[in-house]
Amino acid sequence: MGQLIQEEQSQLIDTGIKMSGARAVLEILLREEVEYIFGYPGGAIMPIYDELMDYQDRLKHILTRHEQGATHAAQGYARTSGKVGVCFATSGPGATNLITGIADAQIDSTPLVCITGQVSAHLLGTDAFQETNIIGISMPVTKWNYQVTSADEIPEVLAKAFYIAQSGRPGPVLIDITKNAQFDTCNFQYKKCLGFRSYIPVPSINDLQVKQAAEAINRSKKPLLLLGQGVLLANAESELKHLIEKADIPTAWTILGLSGLESDHPLNMGMLGMHGNYGPNLLTNECDLLIAVGMRFDDRVTGNLDHYAKQAEVVHIEIDPAEINKNVHADYPVLGDAKAVLEKLIPLVDQNDHNDWKERFKRCRQEEQKKVIEKAMNPTSDQLSMGEVMKWINQYSGGEAIVVTDVGQHQMVACRYAQFRQSKSSITSGGLGTMGFCLPAAIGAKLGSPDQEVVAIIGDGGVQMTIQELGTIMQCEIPIKVVILNNEFLGMVRQWQELFFDKRYSATEMMNPDFVKLAQAYNIQSERVLERDTLDAAVHRLMSSKESYVLEVMVAKENNVFPMVPTGASVSDIILEKPNNYESK
Amino acid sequence: MSLNKSLTISVFSESRAGILHKITTAFSRRKINIISLTVSECEVEGVFRYTIEVEEQEDSIRKLVLQLEKQVEVIKAFYHYENELVSQEIALFKIPISAIAAGKAEKILREHNARVLTLEADYAVIEKTGYRREIMALYQELESMPILEYASSGKVAISKPETDIRSYFNKSVPQHAVIS
Ligand SMILES: Cc1ncc(C[n+]2csc(CCOP(=O)(O)OP(=O)(O)O)c2C)c(N)n1
Repeated sequence: MGQLIQEEQSQLIDTGIKMSGARAVLEILLREEVEYIFGYPGGAIMPIYDELMDYQDRLKHILTRHEQGATHAAQGYARTSGKVGVCFATSGPGATNLITGIADAQIDSTPLVCITGQVSAHLLGTDAFQETNIIGISMPVTKWNYQVTSADEIPEVLAKAFYIAQSGRPGPVLIDITKNAQFDTCNFQYKKCLGFRSYIPVPSINDLQVKQAAEAINRSKKPLLLLGQGVLLANAESELKHLIEKADIPTAWTILGLSGLESDHPLNMGMLGMHGNYGPNLLTNECDLLIAVGMRFDDRVTGNLDHYAKQAEVVHIEIDPAEINKNVHADYPVLGDAKAVLEKLIPLVDQNDHNDWKERFKRCRQEEQKKVIEKAMNPTSDQLSMGEVMKWINQYSGGEAIVVTDVGQHQMVACRYAQFRQSKSSITSGGLGTMGFCLPAAIGAKLGSPDQEVVAIIGDGGVQMTIQELGTIMQCEIPIKVVILNNEFLGMVRQWQELFFDKRYSATEMMNPDFVKLAQAYNIQSERVLERDTLDAAVHRLMSSKESYVLEVMVAKENNVFPMVPTGASVSDIILEKPNNYESK
Repeated sequence: MSLNKSLTISVFSESRAGILHKITTAFSRRKINIISLTVSECEVEGVFRYTIEVEEQEDSIRKLVLQLEKQVEVIKAFYHYENELVSQEIALFKIPISAIAAGKAEKILREHNARVLTLEADYAVIEKTGYRREIMALYQELESMPILEYASSGKVAISKPETDIRSYFNKSVPQHAVIS
């Protein structure tokens, strides 16, 4: 421990009161301005839960119905509030149940502090009841983890945990606290961690790199900016807008960059990647400069790297040095926090206009409108489409709501068509693609931004992965608008089976429960829509309800999401509709 | 496809249980085989130096080194070519005492600059430090003795360009001890 003490720079907040390790944990949460804890009790964390009784007025505990739900709720909270999400779980199965959410938070750079109970120190390594090596298990999916075996360590370790989770590129931290450390007495004093010697969270900006990036932007005739979550995490939305408006740069976003630029902004050209918009994908292979800001060139964005923007130069503004040249070579890397970099970049960038270039995007949009969007939003068939449900949600949300999505076809449709006027309003599982994310994440999202409506868009498959969280919604009276887009299939997998596996629908058809009755069993208002005539009014009831509401919409069973960049294809080989004789692989 | 190269990675990290695991999983996740790994405290108290030998494509090692640096306890990681390092390995050979008694060993030991560490009733232990190829050359000569036991270390290496690991510490953090 001497090590930790020596290395830290910290800010003394208070000194020397004797208390149990368990109480110290809660005192620290107060000092870190934690409002909500998402968790689930059990033997090894009972001392902390016992102390929690005395803190209920200051620390609100949300009892989820599964520890995975606790992590996703904490993620939703972190993403809408910009603060750290906090989870509690017991040892053994409680701790292992956190892993999916922690892995999701790691790949999507979401700040979490997860506190797990652990068997007493003298039992470690003995296969004691509910002992599991959660430090070993969580190591590859956490930004940092640490096992505390004595009460005295708690303040320093937790100070470090909060600091690491939210500094630099954020991520999840897991702190495992043995039961004896919770019971034992420590001499409590708390100093916020402000840094330590081995960790440089934000690289300092190299002005030459900024200058060269600006020159590349000024030279460019056909620039395309790629907006990633780094912009949102750095709170750099207005700087980004300033840059693109000044230099007139068409802008497209990754799925986690969604809502960072309002949907109706004239330079917002839409979504990148596999089910993204036509223009941004096609023109990636025509632009002369890609300006990537806070994004990591995920393979769902780039398609086949051998045919990705080979004609273009690349500016890559990024906080994490390991992302530079990882997937795409950066001609002009700029390391640093997106906001700070953009502030330096804007004055060096010339006022410009790129009307001809923007015209290309406009024409792509027109083609996509005709071949894809119109069909999705105003289908001619009797069957309802996911797109038209989104149309009505937009109508009644006015773009002000938070839209939380699960994983699958509905996610792609929702992210393509949902309208946003406020940043940090789209919450989805991007990097891990975790089905079951949506319902608990929506709970956290609402607590993180209570003034916004929260609409959870979920497939009939994914909703059943964490459907028990309806119990959390009921008990905590958190008003969430849940929309189940029911196609009676694991739709996205079915789409791939249709296109690439000769329509062999292996294990994708679903027999579902009566979701309306199920919601009602939780005392949540609910209705089902079968026909177009009743959709508008039903969405209106959903959106205007003061309380939680579950709306099940029976949509076409075998619709496909287009456009699509087939796996292994280049982004510019994006297809707008299913070819007549599509070659299955 | 470019060829694999012999590269040596040096990782400097804070001491902490589990950090070795973090470092090695960064390799195994990318299916990069570790040829040898040596750990010791370095000239800065509390900082450990990991010397790791690999045969890999340079580009994947360049990316790996950045991933290693991303670990919050890792201060800095480098990779070097053979000619940028001064390196040494150590090997111990146990051979039957009869081989020494018969006078077969002395010439070999002299020629190879190896030394006898201990002589016991039935065996002798011989030490050789040098490059891997020198150790292997001695191995071949001693093989017929026969060799009863053999163990060797990984590579210990120091880079030729001057590197002061302290210069990579986060400078905005004062190095004075905070007393609690
Ligand atoms: C936990 C998990 N398991 C499996 C998958 C693979 N998967 C991706 S999309 C999908 C289908 C989702 O079906 P549904 O929730 O009904 O949504 P839809 O695609 O029909 O809109 C599956 C199984 C996943 N992403 N996550």
